[in-house]
Amino acid sequence: MYLSLSDWRSNKASNTSRAAKVAFKASPTVIALGIVSMLTDISSESVAAILPMYITGALGLSMIAYGFFEGLNQSASALVRIAAGYAADQTSRPKPVAVAGYGLSMVARIGLLFATGFAGIAAIIGVDRVGKGIRTAPRDAMIQQASQPEHLARSFGLHRLLDTIGATAGPMLAFVVLLLVPDGYRAVFVLSLAVAILGVAVLVLVVPNRKLGAKPVPAAQSRTAAAEPERSIQVLKFKPLLRMLSRGRMGRMLCAAGLLGLLTVGDGFVYLALMAHGTMDYFWFPLLFVGSNLVFLLLAIPLGKLADRTSRAAVFVAGHLALAVAYLCASGGGSLFFIVSALAALGLFYAATDGVLAALAGQLSPEGSVSTGIGAAQTVVAVARLLSATGFGVLWVLFGSNLALLGVAALLLLAVPLAWYLLLGKASRPIEENS
Amino acid sequence: MSDTGPKFLGRQRTLVLIAIAVLVLGAAGIYSVQAFQRYQERTTGASAAALRATMPEGDRIVFRNTAMGEGYGSMAAVALDAPSGQRAVTEIPCDRVAERAGLVSCMKTRRGIPTTFENDVLDADGNLVETLPLPGIPSRTRISDGGLVATTSFVTGHSYAAGSFSTETTVTRADGSGYGNLEDFTMMVDGEELTAVDRNVWGVSFVSEDEFYVTVASGGNTWLMKGSFSTRTLASVLGNAECPSVSPDRTRVAYKKRTGSGAAVHWDIAVLDLQTGKETVIGLRDGFDDQLEWLDDGRLLFGVPRPGAVGDSDVYVIDARAEAEPELLIEHAWSPSVVRSAN
Repeated sequence: MYLSLSDWRSNKASNTSRAAKVAFKASPTVIALGIVSMLTDISSESVAAILPMYITGALGLSMIAYGFFEGLNQSASALVRIAAGYAADQTSRPKPVAVAGYGLSMVARIGLLFATGFAGIAAIIGVDRVGKGIRTAPRDAMIQQASQPEHLARSFGLHRLLDTIGATAGPMLAFVVLLLVPDGYRAVFVLSLAVAILGVAVLVLVVPNRKLGAKPVPAAQSRTAAAEPERSIQVLKFKPLLRMLSRGRMGRMLCAAGLLGLLTVGDGFVYLALMAHGTMDYFWFPLLFVGSNLVFLLLAIPLGKLADRTSRAAVFVAGHLALAVAYLCASGGGSLFFIVSALAALGLFYAATDGVLAALAGQLSPEGSVSTGIGAAQTVVAVARLLSATGFGVLWVLFGSNLALLGVAALLLLAVPLAWYLLLGKASRPIEENS
Repeated sequence: MSDTGPKFLGRQRTLVLIAIAVLVLGAAGIYSVQAFQRYQERTTGASAAALRATMPEGDRIVFRNTAMGEGYGSMAAVALDAPSGQRAVTEIPCDRVAERAGLVSCMKTRRGIPTTFENDVLDADGNLVETLPLPGIPSRTRISDGGLVATTSFVTGHSYAAGSFSTETTVTRADGSGYGNLEDFTMMVDGEELTAVDRNVWGVSFVSEDEFYVTVASGGNTWLMKGSFSTRTLASVLGNAECPSVSPDRTRVAYKKRTGSGAAVHWDIAVLDLQTGKETVIGLRDGFDDQLEWLDDGRLLFGVPRPGAVGDSDVYVIDARAEAEPELLIEHAWSPSVVRSAN
């Protein structure tokens, strides 16, 4: 461990100087993509918040029927994610792929206005999820492309901040509409569609359609970028692609992210464990995620900044210590102190890992494979977390929520040094040099 | 498309963007205002059903009134001998309702930020006895002859991307004491304990103050289970059976039986003779998705959403024998509960 720590110090030293040299300038493209995500999240989360009520209350269907489609949709979304990243790299233009993804989700909103059977509804949710799977990797590649390499994690932090504002505002909007019009589900769907159309319009009209590899012109790299704006980039074929993903720093990063993902059991369990102490009324349950979201959006930029100044890999790995703290607090008790601490730690964890992982994956991907690299990292994490949620359910039943969370926290405390070694250990060359 | 950055967002594109924003947000705004006005008309206008001023005396069917207009969504009642006649509508809104043993279980949604759910237990005069918070969306409720209140709620995650949902079924007395969450009971499938994590319990139907039938699901399978409160156990009776309903004479159990899967999922009615173990399936062309309610020892009630009218539904009656055809019994109604003076 001390070896890696010294390594981290050397990284820190070299990067502090670099990040300090170049003043951060928020890229208009990143802000535009953030606004697109914010609008899309307002659109999707407003529907998500009321969809179960609509299905059962207005359509008179049972959620059991709807539940049968869940697994299918989730696996489809995970597979599509990496495939879309690959497609974006193959065509070397991520924007059309992203437009397809956002557009598909927008079309799903139209379908929602007409579907009354659960097969229709399930199909629509499937289309929406596939859309989400398609857009994520190319969008993050566009963020990477538009960002100053020295401030990559901070740019992702800015994007995630706007994204999270949308995810928090969406359910609020839906609840306000239902408060005014108790059976106004369709009004929510129409508003959701309007916001989705606006999001796609911002994407199409405002975000530039740059070729991958053609860097924008940030202060530090203006010379090189200007010299070779249409430099031909090497798109990896399938086999070299696999090699790229399984070996070297990228491979180690995916291993570390997968390992940590296996111990990320999902916020739902943390909230449920807090509820299980019996000190909180049901009323507060939906507001717990608002609490952790607020912490996330407050810390997204500062932690991105920290990651750029020190080490993205270090902040990503160490962020999982906050997750362990969240588990410990959730199992600790139902007092206000533990509830607030658990939510704060959870928000801190997302701020330290969500955008930072994309920045890390983007930074480790060879030029021309950025979308695939980011897509692969997100797929690995998503699949690992899916497995973890299932496995953790078993522990929950066998040992109860408190003991199960303590166990996972302990495993996390063991996994963090291991992940640290994988990403920052001696075997790993300093990874901050190449952006 | 040129590679000019957003900094150089052209005048034309800005205008197009503003035009789109004004157009879509304006249209959505107008739609919302109209939805609000329509809602006002719908809930204050004349009811689509014939109303009567007083609650029917004696045997009756209590249900959720889904007739657009005054009293939409509220608990209502018709006389048992004139189910398609005039209905008395209360001012008590309920998503699901059941009445028995002088108690009413009214599961309802409380709009707000956030929206929450509760079960109001009322006495026969509609006075509130106890409010029990619910963890999720109202789904099923039944009351035993001795006043045990069973409720099933759908508990969903905050985001459908998380894909998590489960049911929570609890049995309590009107004062809130009782047997808690049935998921904590020991469950046996064909003699072996079911320890799977994804098990869900829904749709209680009482036999006595100790015995009941209920649905247990795990890994895509469902079972009809018989349970006991005193031993806190559930044991499987047979597979592929949901939302049981015990007949008034306690000789038969009616339930939903699934045929087809995925998008083609369809439920028929099945009736199990508890003495002989013989299962009779009543095929339904259009299927159904509700907990059956016995009108008497030979006929069953169930609700069906009205095609093309979101938020409206009808209650049908069907003989509990093979080849029977459903008939419309109460228009604009949902969640029927038969109240007999014998109870």
